[in-house]
Amino acid sequence: MIADIILTTLINGSTYALLAIGFSLIFGVARIVNIAHTAFYMVAAYCIFYGTHRLGVHPAMAVLMAIILVMVLGLICYRLFIEPIREHEAAVLIATIALAMVFQEIVMLIFTGDFRTVPPLVPGYLEFAGLKIAYQQLLSIASAGVILAAVWTFLAKTRLGLAIRATAQDREVANLMGMNEARVAMITLVISVALAALTGAAVLPLMVLHPHMWMAPLIMMMAVVVLGGLGSLKGSFTGAYILAFSEALVVFLIPKGAFLRESVALSIMILVLLLRPEGLFGIAFEEER
Amino acid sequence: MGLLGFYLRKLVTIVKGEIFVLPSRIAVLIFFVVLLLFPILIEDPYLLRILTLASIFAIFAASWDLLSGFTGQMNFGHALFFGVSCYTTALLNLHFHIPPWGTIPLGALAAVLAGLVIGIPCLRLRGTYLALTTLAFPIILMGIVFALPDITGGELGLSGLDRLAKSRVVAFYIIVIITIALVATMWKITDSNTGIIFHAIREDEVAVRASGINTTRYKLLAFCLSGFFAGIAGGLYAHYMRIAGPSTLEVSMSFQVVIWSVFGGVVTIWGPVGAVFILFPLLEFFRFWPEIRLLLFAFVILIILLYMPEGLLPWIRDKIETECPRCKIRNIATRKTCRICAAEIE
Repeated sequence: MIADIILTTLINGSTYALLAIGFSLIFGVARIVNIAHTAFYMVAAYCIFYGTHRLGVHPAMAVLMAIILVMVLGLICYRLFIEPIREHEAAVLIATIALAMVFQEIVMLIFTGDFRTVPPLVPGYLEFAGLKIAYQQLLSIASAGVILAAVWTFLAKTRLGLAIRATAQDREVANLMGMNEARVAMITLVISVALAALTGAAVLPLMVLHPHMWMAPLIMMMAVVVLGGLGSLKGSFTGAYILAFSEALVVFLIPKGAFLRESVALSIMILVLLLRPEGLFGIAFEEER
Repeated sequence: MGLLGFYLRKLVTIVKGEIFVLPSRIAVLIFFVVLLLFPILIEDPYLLRILTLASIFAIFAASWDLLSGFTGQMNFGHALFFGVSCYTTALLNLHFHIPPWGTIPLGALAAVLAGLVIGIPCLRLRGTYLALTTLAFPIILMGIVFALPDITGGELGLSGLDRLAKSRVVAFYIIVIITIALVATMWKITDSNTGIIFHAIREDEVAVRASGINTTRYKLLAFCLSGFFAGIAGGLYAHYMRIAGPSTLEVSMSFQVVIWSVFGGVVTIWGPVGAVFILFPLLEFFRFWPEIRLLLFAFVILIILLYMPEGLLPWIRDKIETECPRCKIRNIATRKTCRICAAEIE
């Protein structure tokens, strides 16, 4: 039981953390609330499914293909639908909702609404003190950890990461310092979408694929972002594990808990917001919230 | 007789001087007349049903605009008001056998309470934070609904509510007249002193506070008013569909109302109403191609937003009407001079 709770927390927490970081990156830099973020994650998952099942290529190859495809898709969507209307925040919001609907329907047309699964990359399981831990679960957690560390280093150490953080902090000043704000926004969007795709790749074998699978993580991702503080990586990271842990606790300890898991997680988010309106690690900008 | 003639002449003057001068007002008049005459002209129950549901959702969309468009409090969980009222109405009707004219206002009151409950914690949040937090409330309630299937009917919902009226046409008229009355009320509210304060809160909350206005109170008022109108829509929906199910609390319901409002143009009240009457039948029309119905719908929204980011209806209005540069009165686009102050319009 305890091991189950910890495992579920780690897997779900890593998923939420990766999704939330991508979401808050693009929000911080371009002020785009990208509802379609988890739809990209779903598209990547289906791409990998298509690659391994229909084309029969090696899973690693399929993952690479999926990431490149999703990045290109994200770029096209951004240039065609988001960039022309970026000054109108509400319109951008609706456009991203519509994009998510478009993805969902296209996936539905191609793959139908059937539930699908992908076999684990590494079959078998580990016996540890009477517990069964599938290798795939360990692999997913490890890859999520690696991706998280890579994102962290990228943002903290590279020049591009610095540019992204600077733009997120103050767009106008970053522009004055000679950063091309529009290009940083575009690059950030591609990175955030790629992160969504990577998340899909990491946890795919543990998930059930269906065209509506973007809805549930979307809500949790938003809750994580609000809980941790918009634009704060540390906040997204902590918030993700807090919410995932509370979800796991509710599911395993309370009868009928599966119905209540989102309710409890979201109630925790609201309680935290009552005490700290700027989120756990957010910084209160007077004019921003 | 003479008095009646006087009022008739006055009505004609008003109609001639105020309504027939602007194409948008003529369009609104035609729209209302067609809506009211519809069941007499066409006796198709399917079309009647679409229009009835569109009227209910028109109240719902306009109430979102009242809160989020006017005060700028982005509410992503507007389905909460709708769902709370739906379930309250259904419970009161099924367990206490209160007729619809009693349950719908009580449901709306429950929605007002919901507005207070979510309004108080949300007062400290702004913009995107508020939007993402409000999204959580209907989902929390939905979890509770699923966890208590004995009371709420769980996934199937509560069914078997009283009909609004014996015949379909009477129900249609009840709903349409309530819709017209409520939308007109909302429009009047936004035009009043309170409405101007709502506008000001969206534009610059600090400045409003500096002018000695208690913005907290006005924001809560906006939450309650919006909850009341959305609640009436929810009650009407429950009695019209005769079922209150968890679909009324879904995320897609909250998104739907945002899509309608932004598509039609926010901060107008008439924009969302018009958008519902365009988009709701459009979605039904796309049933001819059931597989790609939602896809077409999403593409229509994307394309329209790409060319008209302010919304469809304000865009059309700007095409057919111009604003006088001197007295800010709207004129039909074909006029060379202003109809009030006779200033040149370029």
